[in-house]
Amino acid sequence: MIYDTLNLLFQFLDSFAFIVLATVGLAVIFGMMGIINLAHGEFILVGAYGTTLSYGAGLPLALAMGVGVLATTVFGLVLERTVMRRLYHRPLDSMVATWGLSLVTVQLARIGFGNTLSQVGTPLGSISYGAFSYSAYRVVLAGIAVAVLVSLYWLFMYTEFGTQARATMEDEPTARSMGVDTGRIYLGTFGLGSALAGLTGALYAPTITMTPELGASFLVEAFVTVVVGGSSVLVGTSLAGGFLGVVNATFTNLAGTFIGQVAMLLAAILAIRLLPEGITGLIDSWRAKRAEGGQ
Amino acid sequence: MSLRTVLDGPNTRGTSDRFWAAFGLAVVALLGYPLVASTYAVANAALFLLYAILGLSLCVIWGYCGILSFGQVAFFGIGGYTFGIVGINLSTTTGTALGLLTGVGVATLFAFVLGYFMFYGGVRDVYVTIMTLVVALVVHTFMGQTAGSEWAIGEAALGGFDGMTNIPNLMLGGIELIDTAFYYVVLLVLLGTYLGLRALVNSDFGRAMVAVREDEERTELLGYDTKRIKLLVFTLGGALAGLSGVLYASWGNYMNPAVFGITFAALPVVWVSVGGRDSLLGAIGATYAIEWFSQQLSITGSEYALVVVGGLLLVTILWLPKGVAPAVADWLSEKQSSPSIRGHEEVAD
Repeated sequence: MIYDTLNLLFQFLDSFAFIVLATVGLAVIFGMMGIINLAHGEFILVGAYGTTLSYGAGLPLALAMGVGVLATTVFGLVLERTVMRRLYHRPLDSMVATWGLSLVTVQLARIGFGNTLSQVGTPLGSISYGAFSYSAYRVVLAGIAVAVLVSLYWLFMYTEFGTQARATMEDEPTARSMGVDTGRIYLGTFGLGSALAGLTGALYAPTITMTPELGASFLVEAFVTVVVGGSSVLVGTSLAGGFLGVVNATFTNLAGTFIGQVAMLLAAILAIRLLPEGITGLIDSWRAKRAEGGQ
Repeated sequence: MSLRTVLDGPNTRGTSDRFWAAFGLAVVALLGYPLVASTYAVANAALFLLYAILGLSLCVIWGYCGILSFGQVAFFGIGGYTFGIVGINLSTTTGTALGLLTGVGVATLFAFVLGYFMFYGGVRDVYVTIMTLVVALVVHTFMGQTAGSEWAIGEAALGGFDGMTNIPNLMLGGIELIDTAFYYVVLLVLLGTYLGLRALVNSDFGRAMVAVREDEERTELLGYDTKRIKLLVFTLGGALAGLSGVLYASWGNYMNPAVFGITFAALPVVWVSVGGRDSLLGAIGATYAIEWFSQQLSITGSEYALVVVGGLLLVTILWLPKGVAPAVADWLSEKQSSPSIRGHEEVAD
């Protein structure tokens, strides 16, 4: 019984970490610019390949992960300058265009590095309690997921960049007329989203098979979470991650990966039916009600 | 001519006598193609033509009703697999005909149910796009794990990532549709679909579809049931994609989960974006051209086909957002009109 409970708890931590990390880079870009980046999986791919290749070249794992994140950030910044900035305010077109990017990147990765890379082993061994044991690295991932959310909260709430970014998100023309360099904010946000996707790739590089299509395995969770979360990056992603994590962990535990994904999808459809603006909309209307009551 | 009044209208570009003459010539050329080409080339052409039906399914819902679906391949795959299941179990003439009906029927029903939940659930815009893609990806996960022997329906094993093999050919009136016969059937189905869709988009219902695309709220305020319009169009798109999938299963006698994967899901979007999202003929032409080109490239052993296809999509969206066919049509009509009437420039949306 206790083992079952522990198992479910760790399954939840695992799902939560995966959902949050898979989503956060996508959510930052979506929340800021209203663009769903279909090449999100390929940003993760760049992070994972950067990590694996530099680890293979002899760097220690932590440093290799740094290289992966850096490579993805540069990749994202270059794309923002060359492609993305032509597509702001054209959300559907930008989705289609980023899909083109995704096809190109996957195929170039295949041509450049073949169908698979030799893998980094999962570090840190396992933790155990009686008959129960679990990969310690996966627990660390859950810790990192929380740390990422907390840092983003700090970044958006307590720094000048965060204030300007929120102003730009709220009302771009006004922010610009108040002296915010919105072009730079878009660039910065896109770079941040790319870096986070790269971090996801770097962190999961030791746990997944290195193939050019690895990005696709993050997409279902990422898209569903963004849809359920709505446009508020932090609140949406963390609450939706928690909610979907419970759903996914429970059903995966009961009936396997596929049923876990279907349950998430159904939960998402249900959530949209009940909350058309996502969790963000629910919180906004709750806040509005409380403000009215206070007056 | 009464037929022309049904087929021509403001929602299709080619309406002149010259257009219909060229169209007739193209049909004659396609009809004559098997007389001059090898069996292998004809089989390939049949594949490109049946893909064009999948392209049309996206073109009509996206280009004419503003619903961007990234999951047309889900209906395509479901149609194909269903045909396989029925066809393998009853491989007779009536069996495959039944497979055709069931395949299209199941795909249509699936689109209807999904569309009902989305449109009546208030899901809109980018969220519809993402949901449709997620559905395709989830079905991909499902089909990938059906390798075991418990995943068989009658004699038809779903086969996991290895796919479903030994799907019979479609049979019609006791004739097995292979090679040239199959090509002609696909060509006629495509022709019928194209003309039918032309009649649809130029009908009153078609004008309501376009109104939904242009401004959904205003259309609703004018008294149209926009949810119902979107659901009907989306269901029609699912039916066409399912039909295309049935033909595909019969063409290759094989289905595998890659049809639900992210790469294949991108292809209809590429065809329709490049061809011109509100041009039915553009979608057909682009499907044929892009698939032909990809295949030529693969034959030479090059792996760059997907790089070129993805790059083409990117370039189109950046520099020719309306697609090739509308640009060609504008160019042709400008060449014909006198310089004084000229002057409307292509405006990017």
